[in-house]
Amino acid sequence: MSSASPASGCDAPPVGVDGILRERGQREVFCGLTGIIWLHRKIQDAFFLVVGSRTCAHLLQSAAGVMVFAEPRFGTAIIEEKDLAGLADANEELDRVVNRLLARRPDIKLLFLVGSCPSEVIKLDLSRAAQRLNGRFSPNVRVLNYSGSGIETTFTQGEDACLSALVPDLAFSDEKQLMIVGSLPDIVEDQLTRLLGDLGISKVVSLPARKAGQMPGVGPNTKYLLAQPFLAETGTALDKRGAEHLPALFPFGAEGTTAWLHAAAQAFGVPEARFEQVIAGPRERARKGLALYREKLAGKRIFFMPDSQLEVPLARFLAGELGMELVEVGTPYLHKGHLIDELAALPPGTMISEGQDVDKQLDRVRAARPDLTVCGLGLANPLEKEGLSTKWAIELVFSPIHGYEQAGDLAELFSRPLHRRDLLRV
Amino acid sequence: MQLTVWTYEGPPHVGAMRVATGMRDLHYVLHAPQGDTYADLLFTMIERRDHRPPVTYTTFQARDLGKDTAELFKTAARDAYDRFQPQAMIVGSSCTAELIQDDPHGLSLTMGLPCPVIPLELPSYSRKENWGASETFYQIVRTLADKERKPLPAVGENGPRRPRANLLGPTALGFRHRDDVAEITRLLGDLGIDVNLVAPMGSSPADIAGIGEADFNICLYPEIAAQACSWLERTYRQKTVKTVPIGLLATREFVSEVCAVAGLPVPTDLDQGRMGWWSRSIDSTYLTGKRVFIFGDGTHAVAAARVASEELGFKVVGLGCYNREFAREVRAAAEKYGVEPLISDDYLAVEEAIEAAAPELVLGTQMERHIAKRLRLPCAVISAPVHVQDFPARHSPQMGFEGANVLFDTWVHPLVMGLEEHLLTMFREDFEFSDAAGPSHLGHASAPAAHPAPAAEQAEGEVATITAPAPAPAEEGGWTPEALAELGKIPFFVRGKARRNTERYAAEHGVTTITRDTLYEAKSHYAR
Repeated sequence: MSSASPASGCDAPPVGVDGILRERGQREVFCGLTGIIWLHRKIQDAFFLVVGSRTCAHLLQSAAGVMVFAEPRFGTAIIEEKDLAGLADANEELDRVVNRLLARRPDIKLLFLVGSCPSEVIKLDLSRAAQRLNGRFSPNVRVLNYSGSGIETTFTQGEDACLSALVPDLAFSDEKQLMIVGSLPDIVEDQLTRLLGDLGISKVVSLPARKAGQMPGVGPNTKYLLAQPFLAETGTALDKRGAEHLPALFPFGAEGTTAWLHAAAQAFGVPEARFEQVIAGPRERARKGLALYREKLAGKRIFFMPDSQLEVPLARFLAGELGMELVEVGTPYLHKGHLIDELAALPPGTMISEGQDVDKQLDRVRAARPDLTVCGLGLANPLEKEGLSTKWAIELVFSPIHGYEQAGDLAELFSRPLHRRDLLRV
Repeated sequence: MQLTVWTYEGPPHVGAMRVATGMRDLHYVLHAPQGDTYADLLFTMIERRDHRPPVTYTTFQARDLGKDTAELFKTAARDAYDRFQPQAMIVGSSCTAELIQDDPHGLSLTMGLPCPVIPLELPSYSRKENWGASETFYQIVRTLADKERKPLPAVGENGPRRPRANLLGPTALGFRHRDDVAEITRLLGDLGIDVNLVAPMGSSPADIAGIGEADFNICLYPEIAAQACSWLERTYRQKTVKTVPIGLLATREFVSEVCAVAGLPVPTDLDQGRMGWWSRSIDSTYLTGKRVFIFGDGTHAVAAARVASEELGFKVVGLGCYNREFAREVRAAAEKYGVEPLISDDYLAVEEAIEAAAPELVLGTQMERHIAKRLRLPCAVISAPVHVQDFPARHSPQMGFEGANVLFDTWVHPLVMGLEEHLLTMFREDFEFSDAAGPSHLGHASAPAAHPAPAAEQAEGEVATITAPAPAPAEEGGWTPEALAELGKIPFFVRGKARRNTERYAAEHGVTTITRDTLYEAKSHYAR
């Protein structure tokens, strides 16, 4: 099925000395506000108040896709002309909006003021606003701020900004503990926590916690595993609090999950025999789950457009565990520190690109005609129309894909478009 | 500052995108920060467009702000011209670019681009999507219309020619615009009138140049085309047909108005569809006095109120619109039906009003569809903002005689029908017919749109109605509490399947106690 021609592009793009192509141009990516869609589900008593424009509100609504929530725990304080003209003091207006909001939602314990492109450009100081509001609402409501603006953050970097705003606020804890960092669906978080517990690690905590009042403590006896590859700032903030990063592959697929758990096992002195005993069953299930899809995916050529920064670990998983061929692995940012193991585990010579010039990148997609292109929703149907199968990148962020029990599901996400294509006769 | 949860309209540059995306051979260069490209997915996903919208975004970032964002704009505009070779370009700013004041218009003038460049001033902090679409279309028409091109003489060498009309207003992402245009084009053909130009949808800048060759204009969507029509009226002395042909009566009046403007006799033998008879048939008696709440854009809401009241015999108990520009029309109509007009783009205010009015049917937008679902009320969608469901595969116009047929079907089907009302009473205790289960034809609550977020917390409202009828049954089937708890964490829309598969797996493998591990063994067994 897969085409025999190698993935040499049209006119060879400039590649840096490290073999990585860096491009500037139109970036077809979400801004960091989009992270609110999953973050507000994760932290169940937090409200995300974007201080922005009608565009921000429209983005959140469009990215959420469906409006299943009567009154979601996010909203936008839309800046209006009079706020810009100085007729109304923007800070007073913000206080008024927050007062009204908190009066209406007494269930809210944590309020994030989220900066946007317009609030950054007019230099509305949300950290001062948060301080001021804390003075008024403490201790009932904690007010924090971060920027999810498109000029500062790309898509998943919004979560990084949010979590790194939480870190300085965490209590000090001297206790020996393992921290899982990055928001995961509850069921996945529970699976991983259980496995780590079974290994004999007595205290396992998660950042973020599900409730504002249950955020973990942190200190020099905290070791942390990153569950997501896009948490550069959060990592730095945790390091500053004395916590120790456990470098590992990210927990995608049977091997990635094993390596991730193993990093913790080693750091906590878990005997190898115990480790093997605990993970053998679930690892076998994961391998069994993956085997179902290997036939469909092996040898198929895949192209990643930059989206969530999950691209490099997912490419490693698809190449290593399912035998897919990587045409190009595009990522909005490449955090070489956190991805050091992942990059080493990629097949030699893998074409990696950082940043984007979307039209040029689409030219490369068309020239290479991969079997599957992972891309954003704005590009998927146009590529399908050109006869190229696509996988919506955003599904990889919204679906449970980490850990052993989800390994098969993750493979299925990539095989589904190909399966469907084989199925349809229209 | 205005606290907003859901919005009815996007920012004005999204209105401009709707115009540009509807057209051919036009390109929009939008000075905008990274992230504003999200708007592409409205077109490629909701409308299933198979091409990217013709928009190039500068996608500037913080590091560019210190340097030269103006240069970035110029590069983007030049590259866009070279790559897409449009007949004309529109240039403008989104909300953030408006603040940095780079003046895309001035910049594009200095570039000497080899095509007309139309600058757009769309104030993002005071205006919204419909206004943006209207202003964009107006500027395009003003700039590109060729004033030398006038209608041909009414009588040519081959005798009198057919009158020609422009159909103005349809855009990309419009509520049933695609089908309305087809329907009205056909109706005009039956009347002996040719369509000179449909715009913005389907037209190119070169086509717009010939806009003056029509004898008159039909303003299909006043929200978008009224401003351009009034300019054309002044500039070319083209008359404007202003009746919006939504509903049987309005379509009849539209035919009369069109014929009067075109100087044609009103035909007496037009096929007027089935709507009139369907409504008079005694089967429809039960529709009498049904309480209906109507909310949408001004034009669709006012038209719907008339259809509801005069063509179906409903009682209008609420009427409103979200676009202030049409508040006057809505107020006038509300007075006619003796209700308080609701002019608001606050979704929560609309919800309150619906709850207070206690209607039996809601005619609204996708927002009201969600409100109605929560309040367990039947609902039909009559207006933008649109949803993927508003782009059906079949022909489904709102306008013209076929449109009236469609209105009858889509508004009446969600209602509990005459006979079914009796059955509901008769079987009140039966679980499927209980009040709590709701009418079966509304679709089981089990078909919610996929909920993308991690199922960390159950969605307020909808999900509660889905999980409620599925308490743990008496036969526990050997589930341990921890396995049941794990099952409970699985997203509701696959939970039933997970349960059935696990139990089947347990039965087939002689497992008598279902543990958490059994759940996952089964999951891996049936994976695919």
